[in-house]
Amino acid sequence: MDAFNSLLDGFGTALTPINLLWAVTGVLLGTAIGVLPGIGPAMAVALLLPVTYGLDPIGAFIMFAGIYYGAMFGGSTTSILLNTPGESAAVVAAMEGNPMAKSGRGAQALAAAAVGHFAGGLIGTLLLVALAPTVAKLAVDIGAPDYFAIMVLAFIAVTSVLGSSRIRGLASLLIGLTLGLVGLDQMTGQQRLTFGSLQLADGIDVVIVAVGLFAIGEALWVAAHLRRRPPEPIPVGRPWLGRDDVNRTWKSWLRGPFIGFPFGAVPAGGAEIPTFLSYVTEKRLSKHKDEWGKGAIEGVAGPESAASASAAGTLVSMLTLGLPTTAVAAVMLAAFQQYGIQPGPLLFEREPDLVWGLIASLFVGMVLLLALNLPLAPVWAKLLRIPRPYLYAGIMFFAAVGAYAVGGEVIDLVILLIIGLIGFGMRRYGLPVLPAVIGVILGPNAEQQLRRALQISDGSVTGLVNTPFAVTVYAVIVLLLVWPLLRKAVTRDRAEAA
Amino acid sequence: MTTQTDIPPAETGGARRSWLREHSELGVCALLLALGVLVLTDALTMDVDIAQRGPVGPKTVPIVVGAGLLVIAALLALDVLRGGRGQAEGGEDIDLSEPADWRTVLLLAGVFLGAAVLIEPLGFPIAGALLFWGAAFALGSRRIDRDPLIAAGLSLVTYTVFNNLLGVPLPGGPLMGVL
Repeated sequence: MDAFNSLLDGFGTALTPINLLWAVTGVLLGTAIGVLPGIGPAMAVALLLPVTYGLDPIGAFIMFAGIYYGAMFGGSTTSILLNTPGESAAVVAAMEGNPMAKSGRGAQALAAAAVGHFAGGLIGTLLLVALAPTVAKLAVDIGAPDYFAIMVLAFIAVTSVLGSSRIRGLASLLIGLTLGLVGLDQMTGQQRLTFGSLQLADGIDVVIVAVGLFAIGEALWVAAHLRRRPPEPIPVGRPWLGRDDVNRTWKSWLRGPFIGFPFGAVPAGGAEIPTFLSYVTEKRLSKHKDEWGKGAIEGVAGPESAASASAAGTLVSMLTLGLPTTAVAAVMLAAFQQYGIQPGPLLFEREPDLVWGLIASLFVGMVLLLALNLPLAPVWAKLLRIPRPYLYAGIMFFAAVGAYAVGGEVIDLVILLIIGLIGFGMRRYGLPVLPAVIGVILGPNAEQQLRRALQISDGSVTGLVNTPFAVTVYAVIVLLLVWPLLRKAVTRDRAEAA
Repeated sequence: MTTQTDIPPAETGGARRSWLREHSELGVCALLLALGVLVLTDALTMDVDIAQRGPVGPKTVPIVVGAGLLVIAALLALDVLRGGRGQAEGGEDIDLSEPADWRTVLLLAGVFLGAAVLIEPLGFPIAGALLFWGAAFALGSRRIDRDPLIAAGLSLVTYTVFNNLLGVPLPGGPLMGVL
């Protein structure tokens, strides 16, 4: 058991006092941030990117992983107690969780969610341990054409699977690619879109783009439409589960991960689809069908477990292929780039300490989450009462800190504001933010791989499709592109037949 | 999502204005178009005299991206004229039933820009505190007794954590010179 030994080594890394401290910090910060309305896990990780300037990579990623899991748990707390889910993945938690809270069973809803997250995260991370090294081994000798194909897949998936409009998704992707072009061409040193400015010659730092789009854009957008009276959270005691509740939910906890994990690993929008699928599955299998919509505890347990496992699935593609399937993974990829580390099949060989330390810290983080969140839930619930002006002023403040820390340049703050205004416009007109971020992060890399592949094949386009791996990926891309048309044709046929 | 599609433009000034408001998304198309032209111009005016390695030079990808921007601008315009609308993003603290509050947005952006200008002469602790207080003020907080204290505390703690603990240098300014 190679993976098992590596994992043990990983625990050796994760359980050093300093890394344990980062894990606790990450989990606490993540939960607090997830509970705070208006801040999702992607913005949280983006705002914390500047700490990468002062931390070693292992500590930073252990903290980021804690934030990721913590923020997902915190998000469900908000849904259950406020019924205004900020993130799509938390919508499902509100459907049964909020009626439970209203009828005085908030403590049980929170407990079902917390244990669901623990179970989902545990099973998901075990699947990650089992699968990731194999995937990395299979992919280890993939070359430039394969990398390029994977990145094209990421571009297409993120624009056509997510969001309601492909045109708007593509527009967002192109904005991101354009921002990624600014600076010196990596292969020739040619200046592109710099307009003679020395500052722009270094390119626009990914941190600034991520913070601008996620944090400043969001704060400005909320400022334009701030609710005059924030919704009142439902007060809640310490979470606990009775014997009946456990009997009803344990199967849901175990089923959720197997729905969540595969969806997290493919670029299909992260936790949104699997939480919904899990909800539908649990509803169909439930013996208490009359309770659904009024607060069925299985409807919290299953989807929360699926959401947590999907986060583990996301890490499989991010670590083994360098393919970000969610916004958080995209920002974490940017963090890797800050350290000059390229996630991909070679990561397991080159940085075993980092990878296995990170994976081991996921287990540590989950235990910490369960141990902290059950007793601390009433404290977290208090965070929902934070005055909104402070909340969004704080986001602006930390965004400024982050952007200034990049290089100590005032011009970066101005660029940050401009990108924030772009993010504001994108939210106003329904352009999804994620494709732009993926475009900035992967665009320059994709261009390099493209040029390298064509260099090897001496300019012949066949050089892009001369490996089975690349051909497979392009086949998947074609499927993704054709699928909506097919579905339209099928439904039309059915409508005509009926 | 289909609303009225072809209103004859310019019957009265009011009708034109409401048509424009209804189709304000065309502004996004205009921006994408401008961006596309900018990227293409930059790519085409590049003089690639530096020895180019490989068959694909530094021009190719910008040309593809620029052309893509033009195509998407046209497609989006078509979609908007046919009645397609981008859906404004919702959220926990967002109330889309009210019209946009531009005053707050401009004030917030102004405060941010002001802090950016002040960060070097005044140093981070002061500029950061002004940023937080100003942003909270812009967002409607009027607690003169509490807001400045929170702002100063947050700014000082952040400065210390970043500058002294994490090793990310921030300008201290005259205040830190005195202390």
